[in-house]
Amino acid sequence: MGNHDSHADLDRQVKVYILIFITLLVLTMVTVAVSRLHLPVAAAVTVALIVASIKGGLVASYFMHLITERKLILWVLGFTVAFFFAVLLLPLWTHFDAIIN
Amino acid sequence: MATTELAPAHAGAAHDHEHAEHPELGFWGKYVFSTDHKVIGIQYAVTGLCFLMFGFCLVMLMRWQLAFPGRALPLIGKLFGEARMPGGSMLPEFYNELGAMHGTIMVFLGVVPLAVGGFGNFVLPLQIGAPDMAFPKINMASYWSYFLGGITMLGSFFVPGGAAQSGWTSYAPLSVIAGEGQTIWLIGMIFLITSSLLGSINFIVTTVQLRAKGLSYFRLPFFCWAQLVTSFLLLLAFPPLEAAGILQLMDRLAGSSFFMPSGLVVSGQALAYTGGGNPILWQHLFWFLAHPEVYVLILPAFGIVAEVVANNTRKPLFGYKIMVYSLWFLGFMSFIVWAHHMFFTGMGTTMATFFQTTTMIISIPSVALLTSLLISLWGGSIRFTTPMLFALAFLPMFGIGGLTGLPLGLSAADIPLHDTYYVIGHFHYVVAPGTLFALFAGIYYWFPKATGRMMSEKLGKIHFWPSLIFINGIFMPMFIQGMAGVSRRLYDGGASYDFAKEVTHWNVFMSISAWCLALAQIPFIINFFWSIKHGKKAGDNPWNATTLEWVAPSPPPHGNFLTPPEAYRGPYEYSVPGHPTDYTPQFQLEQKAS
Amino acid sequence: MEIPYTVAERPDTGLNNGKIGIWLFLASEVMLFGALFATYLMMRTGAVTWPRGDSILNVPLATLNTVVLISSSVTMVMAWASLKRNNFAKFRLFQGLTVLAGFGFLTIKYIEYSHKFELGLFPSTNTFLAIYFTLTGLHGLHVIGGMAINAYLWGPGSKLWKTDPEHFTNRVENSGLFWHFVDLVWIFLFPVLYLL
Repeated sequence: MGNHDSHADLDRQVKVYILIFITLLVLTMVTVAVSRLHLPVAAAVTVALIVASIKGGLVASYFMHLITERKLILWVLGFTVAFFFAVLLLPLWTHFDAIIN
Repeated sequence: MATTELAPAHAGAAHDHEHAEHPELGFWGKYVFSTDHKVIGIQYAVTGLCFLMFGFCLVMLMRWQLAFPGRALPLIGKLFGEARMPGGSMLPEFYNELGAMHGTIMVFLGVVPLAVGGFGNFVLPLQIGAPDMAFPKINMASYWSYFLGGITMLGSFFVPGGAAQSGWTSYAPLSVIAGEGQTIWLIGMIFLITSSLLGSINFIVTTVQLRAKGLSYFRLPFFCWAQLVTSFLLLLAFPPLEAAGILQLMDRLAGSSFFMPSGLVVSGQALAYTGGGNPILWQHLFWFLAHPEVYVLILPAFGIVAEVVANNTRKPLFGYKIMVYSLWFLGFMSFIVWAHHMFFTGMGTTMATFFQTTTMIISIPSVALLTSLLISLWGGSIRFTTPMLFALAFLPMFGIGGLTGLPLGLSAADIPLHDTYYVIGHFHYVVAPGTLFALFAGIYYWFPKATGRMMSEKLGKIHFWPSLIFINGIFMPMFIQGMAGVSRRLYDGGASYDFAKEVTHWNVFMSISAWCLALAQIPFIINFFWSIKHGKKAGDNPWNATTLEWVAPSPPPHGNFLTPPEAYRGPYEYSVPGHPTDYTPQFQLEQKAS
Repeated sequence: MEIPYTVAERPDTGLNNGKIGIWLFLASEVMLFGALFATYLMMRTGAVTWPRGDSILNVPLATLNTVVLISSSVTMVMAWASLKRNNFAKFRLFQGLTVLAGFGFLTIKYIEYSHKFELGLFPSTNTFLAIYFTLTGLHGLHVIGGMAINAYLWGPGSKLWKTDPEHFTNRVENSGLFWHFVDLVWIFLFPVLYLL
């Protein structure tokens, strides 16, 4: 994302922002509607996380410009995401593997 | 005859330039609320050294109790009051306070601020040819956040019930039901973590963005690489402890049960917590930080030792590239080994195997680093200057510390050793004759750059030799006691246990070693202060070193360099064949001889 | 003494200092909220019973809050785009809307919280409420922080536009990144706490 976007580039970007905005609103409605179905826990969690990941991915990629961001930033975030999953999952895994629960 | 293309910053010219830019800073702006990385570095270093001394005093008190359990401490014992040392004799609660605060202060207020805040801030911008850190104001904020955290921690001694006394590890549920001091500890930690966060962002951006022309990554001094990886560890590992601190504060102040299990009964009373919480969760979140933290403690030390060794062997470092890759591999692995501190929490065999495997793997880059430094000595023209003595001692001391860690990292071998004095011996070897010795090496090495004067070599040697002897006297017997089964954190040092009676006599030996170690620091303190005014004048490059900080004047002025420097070669071009001198500075343009 | 690359991009990284700085900060925030989500998982799997979000919490209000925050993300990025298009007036409009949306979010949160307290529902009541209050509370603190920065850039901070428009635009972009992150956290918080 340079400091030298042309007017045409910016116009295109703004159009994309509006499109993403509408998509996010729609996905919000979808996720609330699905929750009303009272699906079994595993299915409910899967759908909710998929929808949230799509929404989050759109915000990160377009509003936060990650889709055109430099390698350095992407590498740092990549490792961060890996460690995020480590802190999220390893304690849980240890809990389920425990001898005394 | 090589000509120096780089014009060292002339204090006068730079100063006039500064006057034209902004108004003259008063005393407060120049020395207290300075945004200059050198001033901030010295602030961090001096504050860190004060906390190291204070933390050492805490343990010297503890060592009286360990050597002579229950005996009144003569002269000063009564000063601690009836609440802590009635009749001069230490209460167990006070022993616990001293223990918890000794660990907290040494790790978070002493070693890291000195190693990272002190050395990192002072040396890094100079070594990369930058005028300052990327964010000077944030740098200042990070120091003052540390300072506030330190004051908070010290203040906790004065609240009713005293300071935190649930170990530096603050395990739940004990820490949740502990007195006020624990709340103050948690608040202090939030200040310290904030300081660390601001600092780590600054270090990374500075190293990436402000390297001088020609200073590619693989021309960076190893010290810079070590600080860079350390900063990433701090950046990503501290936040889960901050989260855990918030959760513990919620449990203590809002009555939540994040870490409070159901049905907990204390002294016959059921607690007023709804329960459903998990004390092990605290351990996971704590050790998620605290394991990378130990690499934060050691990596800057490796960085300093590498610089001192290269300089005092008059040879390039052996295996520089392998050392750099080892740093990154070690940094990455450090995030997935933490539960080797938790083998005894009822862990199943799958996860125990996972964590012991990652722990064994992480020993590989550690060994690569140590071995490279050892091989770097081979064939060198070793100058036994004071910094080199400390750097040389670091190598076998870290070796002992590292090797004794291996049985702790294997879940089966850990069974008889966990929570014993063996553990205390292991980690003190890495951090005391390990890191601390490296930090002393760094002080003797860079003191001339910061002050323009050399420290006395004679006093340096009088500091070094007794320190080496007595520090081993304190920590070597701990392995004996640990293998005999003496637990940590016993306020009588194992005296009440029959099985320990053959090894408790070591407590006297260790305590005397500790007090003698303290005496051995006196020549250092005298040397430090005396040399500021009376040390031999140093000049720009008293060690004939190759890295950029030695081009700037001693001490460097605001802005460091008059013109932006350029790097022409790697950082350790010592004894280049055919070169008239045994060192070729990194930033020196060589004129080819005709 | 100038620190290089505060505004201009360093050629080999293609980035200015502030951009890297804010992303590093956001990386640390990912770990902070990550630990709290890990706590949610541990509390939920360790609980005998765990209430459905919609049985205790106000889903319609939270849905509204989600819409408010997403909208504020759009106005935020539009504020930055307006500066890139040299339209300071539009920037002020969008930045102002972003700050107002933040107020809206906090107001709705205040209504939610006070209703809970009226019903005698506190962090001490059970671990579900404990993690609910802690996660949304910390998120709320981040909203307040973000609003403070956005308000500063809308108000006194906007003076920089006159002397160094590129630097100011970068500041708005970087604070925008923080604001989008706050939105991003909520995008996960909302379904996890309220809908599952």
